[in-house]
Amino acid sequence: MHAEEKFTYETWPAAPEKSTLEAKNKFLGFWFFLGGETVLFASLFATYLALKDKVPNTNMPLAKDLFELPLTFVATMLLLTSSLTSVYAMYHMKNFAFSKMMVWLGITALLGAGFLGLEVYEFSHYVHEGHKFTSSAFGSAFYTLVGFHGGHVAFGLLWCITLMLRNAKRGLNLYNAPKFYVFSLYWHFIDVVWVFIFTVVYLMGMVG
Amino acid sequence: MSTYAQKKGFGATLWDFLTTVDHKKIAILYLIAGGLFFLVGGLEAVFIRIQLAVPNNDFVSAGLFNEIITMHGTTMIFLAAMPLIFAFMNAVMPLQIGARDVAFPFVNAVSFWLFFFGGVFLNLSWFLGGAPDAGWTSYASLAIASKGHGVDFYILGLQISGFGTLMGGINFLVTIINMRAPGMTYMRMPLFTWSTFVTSALILFAFPPLTVGLVLMMFDRMFGAHFFEAAMGGNTIIWEHLFWIFGHPEVYILILPAFGIFSEIFSMFSRKRLFGYSSMVFATVLIGFLGFMVWAHHMFTTGLGPVANAIFAVATMAIGVPTGIKIFNWLFTMWGGSVKFTTPMHYAFAFIPTFVAGGVTGVMLAAAAADYQYHDTYFVVAHFHYVIVGGVVFALLAGTHLYWPKMFGTMLNETLGKITFWTFFIGFHMTFFIQHFLGLWGMPRRVFTYLPGQGFETANAVSSFGAAFMSVGVIVMLINIIVTSVKNVKVGNDPWGDGRTLEWAIPSPPPFYNFKQLPLVRGLDAYWIEKMEGKKGMTPAEPLGDIHMPNSSFLPFIMSLGLFIAAFGAMYHVDKVSWALPVMILGLLITFGAMFTRSVKDDHGFHIHKEELMDDDDKGVKA
Amino acid sequence: MKRLAKWRFISLFAILALVLSGCGEPYLSTLNPAGEVADTQYDLMKLSTLIMVGVIIVVMVIFVLVFIRFRRKDDTIPKQVEGSHKLEIIWTVIPILLLLVLAVPTVAATFKLADVSPMDKKNSKALVVNVRAHLYWWDFEYPGQKIVTSNELVVPTNEKVYFNLKSADVKHAFWIPAVGGKMDVNTENVNRFWLEFDDKKANDAGNLFYGKCAELCGPSHALMDFKVKAISKDKFDAWVTAMQDVKEPLKASTAAASEGQQIFNKSCIGCHAVTPANKMPDTARIAPNLSNFGDRSRVAGILEHNKENVKKWIKNPETYKPGNLMTGKYGNLSDDQIDALADYLMGLKVQE
Repeated sequence: MHAEEKFTYETWPAAPEKSTLEAKNKFLGFWFFLGGETVLFASLFATYLALKDKVPNTNMPLAKDLFELPLTFVATMLLLTSSLTSVYAMYHMKNFAFSKMMVWLGITALLGAGFLGLEVYEFSHYVHEGHKFTSSAFGSAFYTLVGFHGGHVAFGLLWCITLMLRNAKRGLNLYNAPKFYVFSLYWHFIDVVWVFIFTVVYLMGMVG
Repeated sequence: MSTYAQKKGFGATLWDFLTTVDHKKIAILYLIAGGLFFLVGGLEAVFIRIQLAVPNNDFVSAGLFNEIITMHGTTMIFLAAMPLIFAFMNAVMPLQIGARDVAFPFVNAVSFWLFFFGGVFLNLSWFLGGAPDAGWTSYASLAIASKGHGVDFYILGLQISGFGTLMGGINFLVTIINMRAPGMTYMRMPLFTWSTFVTSALILFAFPPLTVGLVLMMFDRMFGAHFFEAAMGGNTIIWEHLFWIFGHPEVYILILPAFGIFSEIFSMFSRKRLFGYSSMVFATVLIGFLGFMVWAHHMFTTGLGPVANAIFAVATMAIGVPTGIKIFNWLFTMWGGSVKFTTPMHYAFAFIPTFVAGGVTGVMLAAAAADYQYHDTYFVVAHFHYVIVGGVVFALLAGTHLYWPKMFGTMLNETLGKITFWTFFIGFHMTFFIQHFLGLWGMPRRVFTYLPGQGFETANAVSSFGAAFMSVGVIVMLINIIVTSVKNVKVGNDPWGDGRTLEWAIPSPPPFYNFKQLPLVRGLDAYWIEKMEGKKGMTPAEPLGDIHMPNSSFLPFIMSLGLFIAAFGAMYHVDKVSWALPVMILGLLITFGAMFTRSVKDDHGFHIHKEELMDDDDKGVKA
Repeated sequence: MKRLAKWRFISLFAILALVLSGCGEPYLSTLNPAGEVADTQYDLMKLSTLIMVGVIIVVMVIFVLVFIRFRRKDDTIPKQVEGSHKLEIIWTVIPILLLLVLAVPTVAATFKLADVSPMDKKNSKALVVNVRAHLYWWDFEYPGQKIVTSNELVVPTNEKVYFNLKSADVKHAFWIPAVGGKMDVNTENVNRFWLEFDDKKANDAGNLFYGKCAELCGPSHALMDFKVKAISKDKFDAWVTAMQDVKEPLKASTAAASEGQQIFNKSCIGCHAVTPANKMPDTARIAPNLSNFGDRSRVAGILEHNKENVKKWIKNPETYKPGNLMTGKYGNLSDDQIDALADYLMGLKVQE
């Protein structure tokens, strides 16, 4: 099967994300990339845990003074839902339903943007309470970990939008199907990382 | 199809190399760039030995000495040894598994240019206010306190080249998993390919912690964070952990490919199948795995407590077992063989006692309680030069001689090669053997001078004298390369006559598509099997057909250049100069712009048609 | 011919190794252990070397046999052997056993050397020294004795001395090679360990051991030496009493020295204390305590102890310890002033 070939619903392969050698390579390579990313976030988590609540003086806010459940819970829900909608998008991709896929990808992007908006609001709120990137080792570690994740979400958004715009008029083929698929893998990954952030940073933070 | 052009001017050749995505040309780029950095690092080593030749010397100042040792270590590890290993991986691994290129040729070019720009950036520090001076380990308290931009060059340069290495690792992993020729099962892969595989996995998991460490230090030094500032709640031990979680696997990232090269050499020049192939594979994987379990043995004196020290001591000793398995397997590969002492074999043969010496001091260092004495002394310096020079550099020199005909189509001179070997070998032992004793006699490492009357004089003089021999060896090798290139006597497929693996079944240098028809692999040492049955080449596994090839691209260069520019912006941003932030943004825009272009511009590659391939038969090889 | 050259080469190495096995200087070398810690470590070194020499011999025998017997003579193709399970099991199991022989004493020693429990006991009589490392000098506080000295540690022999290590600036490492392995001096936590100084060995070493900084800490890392005066318990007690008796800065005894004292009180006393009592918090002790400067054996830890060197040091410390924090802190002193200052400093003796 060639990357440029034109397909119909009937001829569309069952696993379009890995039906050419290029696609197989991309698929596997991206899994490895995510393996590396896992170690990257593991290092950041370890750093955060080592520096949690390490502040230079007692007036500064600690984790238990800062975090509030409602806000982060809403953020978590947004991101989890967006992971689900990206699954829908991939379901339609596999069924060669291009426009439905685009709709669900659009919803995924919107939810992601909503999450980012909440995160920006949350950060500015903390800064007002005196918890800054430069105010303590705790602050540096918190913003680096959560910010790295936020940066990943932002990059994912740009990626998703680029993919959608570039392929808006072209429909699906074996050249772009792996690209959509790999994006959805990435999106799941940042979702999983967020689940860990929610647990380790926020839930464990509120317990003290 | 610029690759098809026969005669080209200098400009066209340069453009060809700037835009190439061909693994064989990228290998040559790695070899040249890595070779140049090796010479720079070697020069720094010579300066170190001149300064330490006599007590109270003032050849260089104390501050400059620290810059030299930092750059010597950093350059040798990141900019010389690793790229040279990547050169051989690129040149040989795809040929060994019967592939037409790596999985991601474009990414392969990005990897090279990132490494190259990172390395250039790091070395520009010499001309822009001073090099990093906190040691290649850049321990956080000293690195944060270091004035000027030296350490910034280290942080940014290593981040850029580190990205390149990481991508290279992923690339090789996917290549080996997805692109093996028909019949090339995992347990038929040559050992160099196996070690490339394990090394790439180590790179994948070891480089992210380094990147995180560097990012944290960058935030501290350039953007006001406090990860490593004790007064603000920070903790410098985090850096030590992150650095060594990377740093110890890094040792195996360097040595495993060296083991791979030597395995090929022992087997080739003994005309024997590698003894205990499956246990060699097992040992390689095991070493890679254990490599992640032992990082804290670099931190025995940090104060982690006796429980951690005891655990890491025992884990470290355990690595001695698979390494020992390898040594005996090599010896027994030669046992009963027909050993021909070519230049590569000289290195391989000398490697055994040298590496055993380095290995046994490694086990001695693993004994935590005794390590309190060895740690940070010249004993450690001697140990790691025995494994890294005696293992890695010997392998790189051997590999250069071994694979030179495959890469360039002409043989390096054997006599000059042996002169290089003997001067380098004698010089090496003279330089480093005695340093074990210097350490035991109480000489700490990283000292810019030593006072007379402590019993260090004679030994240091001997050591410096040995360094001169090593330099002579390297110079002879350069002469050899020049002479060989000028003469340029072309050789055939299997110039050593003892080739066993697929790369020796195709022309030297191979055509840009490597294999006209993918070969059918029928066992370990695929080419040897065919030779023993009296065949001239491999049996094809497919009919002659069109070959799909990737397009050349200038984007990898631009992408890397963007980060190079951004790094200057990030660095001078600390000085509050007005142009710094715009330059940083500009650089990032260039990089992301190039990525965006790559993403939206379709690149389907091109096909070489069957007819052209048939024509090739008559005209012979074109590179 | 070539083989002959190789043999000559190997025997040359053997001779060299014999020459080298000289054990270094008694006041500095780890191969001249002078205390329980260094002894333990030396025993481990000997054990590991012994095991490893065994390994080396086995490898070298096979190596030499291969070299002699299996060089290529003709074009026959040797038999292609896959391997040998028996051999492979042998060279897997035997190294594991050898390593166990090494691992057990290693673990035992590691726990033994980390045992600082007497420091935590209430009313413990253990001698404790707080070591505070600075860019390129060492501060030694005896909290139980309430005295401070710098750059020259004084300890009693034949008893365990416990150390608290903390850095004032960047990471250093505290190492007295002849007496025991090193311990890092961190910026964020206190590291604790112990050493014991053997009386007889101390005598051999002239009662003065060399101490070093073993972690790269800046330009003058190489010159961050200190000295350890290891003396008998009685002498140590006498020294402590003498130090404790210095309540006021010692009075200069000559006219030149008292001029020096005036200069000192104007230019130097801002950083340097001349009373040994540990009244200031450790963060305020920003320069070496000079109370017993005249008793010491080195100027700035590195120069021979005489008036000329004191003068040279004060004149231009940057020449002797690049990057030190003293340079430029006390204005320009004339040669006469420096001379007087040196007289005063050399006279700061608490003991005769």
